Amino acid sequence: MADAPIRIILAKLGLDGHDRGIKVVARILRDSGMEVIYLGLRQTTDTIISAAEEEDVDAIGLSMHNASHMTLAPAMVEAVRAAGLETPVIVGGIVPDEDLEPLAAAGVAAVLGPGSSAEEVAATVRQAVNTNR
Amino acid sequence: MTANISDLYAQARKGERRPLGRLLSIVERGGPDADELSALIHADAGSAHIIGVTGSPGSGKSTLVGQLVSDLAASGNKPAVLAVDPSSPLTGGAILGDRVRIDREPGGAAARSADRTTAQKHAPFVRSMATRGHSGGLALAVPLAVRLFDAVGYDPVIIETVGVGQVEVDVVSAADTAVVVMTPGMGDSVQANKAGLLEVADLFVVNKADRPGAEDVRRDLDLMLDLSHMTGQESSTGYRPPIVMASALHGDGTSNVWQAAVAHRGHLDATEQRVSRRNYRLQTEIRARVEHGLLLAADALFESAHGRTVISRTEHADLAPNDASQELLNLLLNQPEESP
Repeated sequence: MADAPIRIILAKLGLDGHDRGIKVVARILRDSGMEVIYLGLRQTTDTIISAAEEEDVDAIGLSMHNASHMTLAPAMVEAVRAAGLETPVIVGGIVPDEDLEPLAAAGVAAVLGPGSSAEEVAATVRQAVNTNR
Repeated sequence: MTANISDLYAQARKGERRPLGRLLSIVERGGPDADELSALIHADAGSAHIIGVTGSPGSGKSTLVGQLVSDLAASGNKPAVLAVDPSSPLTGGAILGDRVRIDREPGGAAARSADRTTAQKHAPFVRSMATRGHSGGLALAVPLAVRLFDAVGYDPVIIETVGVGQVEVDVVSAADTAVVVMTPGMGDSVQANKAGLLEVADLFVVNKADRPGAEDVRRDLDLMLDLSHMTGQESSTGYRPPIVMASALHGDGTSNVWQAAVAHRGHLDATEQRVSRRNYRLQTEIRARVEHGLLLAADALFESAHGRTVISRTEHADLAPNDASQELLNLLLNQPEESP
């Protein structure tokens, strides 16, 4: 059997209704051969972890556009690890440069900002998954 | 895959979700591990009510299924959903979006419980599956995934699919109860009488029944069923598929859908068709496995030096396609072990 495609959850955590970006990323990842389990808006760490378990995903992608990333992204990583999962958490959205290091320290596998090319997005996900596999 | 398949299975039978999620990935990947699992679970499966739900994109299948399973879970059932969505034929990728409708449904107290493990225990299990192309083995993966849900104690097991493609049609028509979801504005009575999925339906749902034209859909379906009765196509046991009006988004009529599905299950039990449906399902799975094996062997033959030589001879006028295919078929059926 050929290598199974990468399976990734895409979700927006909490109250953040800006979902144009996440839809673009979903399409980019689909077109690079991945299976995107799209959860969409207003998810919680619990709904995302439940989905990650049932769907047996290789990565979790969070889209964040409301400056909540310093609170919610580390909380997500913590919840994932507390549930006993190694799944890498990748953040996409508006993240100021000075936040990159604290997010990395909190265990966020990668951050993709505005202007990332389709190739970069796909390559970053692949790398995060391969590092973890 | 490091963890032992039988360990994962034992954990899944105890109600743990993550091992079941991993087993479903094994099912999707196919191959020897999936075969081992198939043999392991076979004796434990066979009691769940298997429901196939199909309908055009946008007809509200996911919303209906979401509403249904959230009600069922709230009333103490253990429903599972297998949501099948297409893979891109170009890249193999897929966007599996059914959870958007299914997870969000007002799941009652269970879904809102503060304690994740308690909430989880009562929540429906939802798995998204991409079709992964013609050689991806969907026809093998779906029946095995359904048997796995059944074997670990989920009941009912609901398969949701757009119903395009022969595999999807086969899977839905091999369910205990095949549900076809219709909506207003999708065509007239001539459409309803075309051959296809409508013929295998055990239960029709006219969804979005709050919209104009819903009564027309019901009338057209009724007329179609009258004609089935007239031509003798209606099942010999006198079962006439009911038509249930629903507006799943507002939660209207979904309990009627469930009652109709239960009534159909009762009809199957009363007429001993339950067993014949299950046997038919197993036959379909076996057939799919044999076909898949032949397909892989044919692919290998096409790639082999001999196969390429035979095929290239048709490029010059010395061999017609039918002669080439006959020669390859002879090779395939007489020497299945030949490696490329």
